[in-house]
Amino acid sequence: MRAKSRNKGKGKGSHHIGLYTMLILPIVYLILFKYWPIYGVQIAFRDYIPIKGITGSTWVGLKHFRNFFSSYQFSRLLSNTLILGSISMLVGIPCPIILALAINSSRSKRLGKTVQMVTYAPYFMSTVILVSLVMQFLAVRGGLLNNIRAWFGLDALNLMSDPNAFRPIYILSGIWQGTGYGAVIYLASLSAVSPDLYEAARIDGATILQQIRYIDLPSILPEMIMLTIMNCGSIINVGFEKVLLLQNQLNMSTSDVISTYVYRMGIQSAQYSYSSAIGLFNSVVSLALLLFVNWLSSVATETSLF
Amino acid sequence: MSKNTMQMSTEDRIFHVFNDIFLILCLIVVIVPMMNVVSCAFSDPSNVLNGRVSFLPVGLSVKSFTYVFKNKLILTGYRNSVIYTLLGTLISVIITIIAAYPLSRRELKFKGLFTGLFMFTMLFGGGLIPTYLVVKRLNLVNTMWGVLIPNSLSVYNMIIARTFFASQIPADLYEAAEIDGAGDYTVFFRIALPLAKPILAVLSLFYAVGLWNMYFDAVLYLNSYDQYPLQVILKEIMTNATTQAAMVKATGQIASAETLAMTESLKYSTILCACVPMLAIYPFVQKYFAKGLLIGSLKG
Repeated sequence: MRAKSRNKGKGKGSHHIGLYTMLILPIVYLILFKYWPIYGVQIAFRDYIPIKGITGSTWVGLKHFRNFFSSYQFSRLLSNTLILGSISMLVGIPCPIILALAINSSRSKRLGKTVQMVTYAPYFMSTVILVSLVMQFLAVRGGLLNNIRAWFGLDALNLMSDPNAFRPIYILSGIWQGTGYGAVIYLASLSAVSPDLYEAARIDGATILQQIRYIDLPSILPEMIMLTIMNCGSIINVGFEKVLLLQNQLNMSTSDVISTYVYRMGIQSAQYSYSSAIGLFNSVVSLALLLFVNWLSSVATETSLF
Repeated sequence: MSKNTMQMSTEDRIFHVFNDIFLILCLIVVIVPMMNVVSCAFSDPSNVLNGRVSFLPVGLSVKSFTYVFKNKLILTGYRNSVIYTLLGTLISVIITIIAAYPLSRRELKFKGLFTGLFMFTMLFGGGLIPTYLVVKRLNLVNTMWGVLIPNSLSVYNMIIARTFFASQIPADLYEAAEIDGAGDYTVFFRIALPLAKPILAVLSLFYAVGLWNMYFDAVLYLNSYDQYPLQVILKEIMTNATTQAAMVKATGQIASAETLAMTESLKYSTILCACVPMLAIYPFVQKYFAKGLLIGSLKG
């Protein structure tokens, strides 16, 4: 009888008002800082004038989108973004896997642990520090790279201002910073593999490479697929902060991407509507990419995020 | 172990040799640039400028650090970064926990709807400009709240915390307390929070690292040197000195070899000073970070 009435109370939900009041603050936060901007994104379709407010500004439809698509910047921005994003994604996927497999099959546990600890450290550096390291490494006077070149009697290079060097710098520094971090998740699932499997494989005469191929890789396949899906958004959402910090007047032809352009137009030139339109284009493409890859993966491998 | 080595085929032995070489190369590639910075910071400034410092300090000196401590911008930047990190972490952890806990309870009605409200923001957002306009509208621009509040909640971290509550704390505990007449807040403060210490640690570290490393939000929402965190000051030092060096080169005037050497070595020592807090806590942090990552990869 008592149990029954308690269940009844739960059914009404009157028992747990506290849970709802606890959620008030986070929901207010979401509404203010996440959903209000989504409501405000309509300025992409208006000629936004701050004094007139959002709804008071004239509706201009797709004008800003048309302007962007027909501007001479468009193809350069889009191709810079896609090239940078897809190359760094494509090289970013295998690197952590290779590192994790190498650490996992290492004979010496100590070496493996040391490598894991050291390669993980750069992840904690800020983008500013990473870019500062890159700049100092490549500095014309006193930079390590040019010091080494000088030993071989080669002339100093100024790679920071070379447009052709921007992509390699961006991608290699990304590998340097992110590989150890990326390996952590693979190492965790590799450590969960039963030792019996390796034992059995050894008895059957499998070499280490065969063990990696037939035991290790299949065991991390779900993580590989999940991370690949999650990374697909980064094809168009390149690391904005790093690009901005590595950017200078001289390497603009390869380093100018959609997000830095939005920042320049929106904040620095206060063209709110035009830059919101470009930002919206970016968000929609990235959402479409994610949904598409998720769908593709659920059809092909029966693994998906949602 | 030795038995295994005896049985090892030639192929496997070759594999191990190459694998060890590969791992050691990884170590070198990560360590060398860091060692270069440390060596430059501890070398005599003129040796750095003339490219004499590569892997080890040349003319051991702490001169460049005296420049750091004489620089008022760096000191206020440091102070600001410490304040933002401590206060911001507190705000973020609180808002994350009070979202995650209710969403982990089965008793919450419309749980799917609420969770969806959070998850949707991971997929789609208003973007830079509309968000900036909201923050401006709320008069948070040029105040420290502008960098602490708009990004205080990470939905990803919230999901990690929710998964922790749902999977690590048995629902029986809550029920037992509720039978004894405890209200929702009593259950939260007396039962859920004390058991959530590991996840509180993970969240604090995630947020603290992010706040210490924050750069763009500060540039976007702050506008004065009294308010800038260390990362922004470091960036200023890097580029200012770059332009200075470029100008000297262009005009052919030697501004003064000493000033040039000073600005150059100031860069290295500031980089090091900005890294120190993170590297100091790193050995303790990395375990928790890995743990958090793993909870995050559980499907909740």
